[in-house]
Amino acid sequence: MASALIEKYMRTDKFPHMWCPGCGHGIIMRSIVDAIDRLGWEKDNVCVVSGIGCSSRAPGYMDFNTLHTTHGRALAFATGIKLANPDLHVVVVSGDGDSSAIGGNHLIHAARRNIDITTIVFNNNIYGMTGGQYSPTTPTNYFGSTAPYGNIDRCFDIAELAGAAGATYTARSTIYHVPQMTNYIEKALRKKGFSLVEAISICPTSFGRRNKLGDAVDMIKWIRDSAVPVSKASTMSSDEMVGKFTIGELKNTEAPEYTQQYDRLIERLREEDDA
Amino acid sequence: MKSNFKLMQGNEACVEGALYAGMRFYSGYPITPSTELMEISAVKLPLLGGKFLQMEDEIAGIAAAIGASLTGFKAMTGTSGPGFSLKQENIGYAAITEVPLVIVNIQRGGPSTGLPTSPAQGDVMQAKWGTHGDHPVIALCPSSVREMFELTVRAFNLAEKYRTPVILLADEIVGHMREKIVVPEAGELEVINRNEPAPRQSNYLPYSVADGAYVPEIASFGTGYRFHVTGLMHDETGFPSNSSENAEKLLDRLMNKIKMNEDDILDFEEYMTEDAEIVILGYGGTARSVKSAVKTLRKEGIKAGMFRPKTIWPSPEKRIKELSEQAKAIIVAELNLGQYVLEVERIVKDSCKLGFIGKANGEVLMPDEIAAKAKEVL
Repeated sequence: MASALIEKYMRTDKFPHMWCPGCGHGIIMRSIVDAIDRLGWEKDNVCVVSGIGCSSRAPGYMDFNTLHTTHGRALAFATGIKLANPDLHVVVVSGDGDSSAIGGNHLIHAARRNIDITTIVFNNNIYGMTGGQYSPTTPTNYFGSTAPYGNIDRCFDIAELAGAAGATYTARSTIYHVPQMTNYIEKALRKKGFSLVEAISICPTSFGRRNKLGDAVDMIKWIRDSAVPVSKASTMSSDEMVGKFTIGELKNTEAPEYTQQYDRLIERLREEDDA
Repeated sequence: MKSNFKLMQGNEACVEGALYAGMRFYSGYPITPSTELMEISAVKLPLLGGKFLQMEDEIAGIAAAIGASLTGFKAMTGTSGPGFSLKQENIGYAAITEVPLVIVNIQRGGPSTGLPTSPAQGDVMQAKWGTHGDHPVIALCPSSVREMFELTVRAFNLAEKYRTPVILLADEIVGHMREKIVVPEAGELEVINRNEPAPRQSNYLPYSVADGAYVPEIASFGTGYRFHVTGLMHDETGFPSNSSENAEKLLDRLMNKIKMNEDDILDFEEYMTEDAEIVILGYGGTARSVKSAVKTLRKEGIKAGMFRPKTIWPSPEKRIKELSEQAKAIIVAELNLGQYVLEVERIVKDSCKLGFIGKANGEVLMPDEIAAKAKEVL
């Protein structure tokens, strides 16, 4: 199956990819094309947009309409694309810094508008491409090249942030829970509205090394052992949840979608003009 | 013959010109004194089936417009001073990715929040050098309400023809001025559309040109071409390349696509320069005071003339040089403390005397101040 997906959806002449050995991002990229394959979307009608960082290189390998933009701004570019041409299926791939630090404002406003864009956050808890500086999702007390004494920041819960801002579908999964992650991405892509899947990834080269988390396999085990299904988490105390994070569907609701609302506005003005 | 006279504000004329040129997408963020661009776009665009979007900030305003342009829409964003600063990174992005786009800057007093409701021409150098790296810049300076209309149409034409962002560098004087204009009829002004590849052309290379050509064909997302667009240095396939040889090739082409087409791009107005001993160079709203000063000086027997660049970037270098060889002096009048005068100085060198009159306190330059400066320089 994997090789069939590669042949069908990847720009194989662009391989080898530029991600480090052990990086989790390729697993997420595979889940995205797997989900698109299940939906049967025409490649010509899919547009994948990214910002800057390790995750942002994924669109270069994916055989769709692809756009690699400026740091943090993928959702702003994607909003223009989607509003101008609502027939396109617009997918944004973003990193933890790209989506919640420099691009945090665009994230909450895209969610607020409930525009039909699916954002997949490749969250590896670190700025990988610039050499391991802490990000808004680096856990407190963990190390980064700019947190040499341990990070004192509190971290963002990106999926909860998007949900609170108005996204109609949010979920979190990991590169250990691949079938689940693919399933959530598929549901997010189906959702007519703003959806976000936070995909927890690993960065052995920077985050793992600085925090002595072992190699890629150790880190995947670390993710497996830290992930708690939302149903189980609701029965656990806050002390028991220290060092853990939830996985599962966090929000799945319905609300008017932005491009449809805009089309209705144009329609209404035409009717008033005819009357 | 039907006359289409209208009393119109400069900012309104800009939007009307944009719609005439085929704008169907506007995204931006409100800022004085450009806000009417958004307010009028918000009224007009949905009536035409176009899209208007008030984004969460200035950066998102230009980003969304670039995204829309990539789907084939003629797109515009507008702003003033501080907002123009915020848009700079994405102006560079549009330049390297060769996305047609119009960016309107209704200049106000600066630096920083400065004088929001007062006129200035302080963004002349920002328009040229605001973003990082080397790339060509086209910036147009209108002096009247009618010209806001015409140069907005021209800005779209140049953006589409040369696959490049084009800056309409207006000022608060012209943006907020109300004048009677004759609105051009359909077909009266030329409207240029982008050069799209033939449908389903195999082997489409988004950044490839034939020998001797400079502007590649541009496909729209969703039309059957699955190409890649990146702000990284890229080869003719559109994919990133770190090769120095390739970087040089791409930058040469980007620079040359404007440089080699300057005859088509450059535009300026001259008034009584034929026998002028002193040429006063002014642009935008300031040129109106310059013209008045020239008339006053002529009445006093001084052979004065006006040179007004409409394309301020690239600068009409050849003509300015010729004038400097004919005249005893050139004076640059502008609403800043000395920006375009540096460009003129570079062009003129020692051919004639060079004078400067500037102001950045939120007031306009008056004709008598300019005339007095001319006499002082002579």
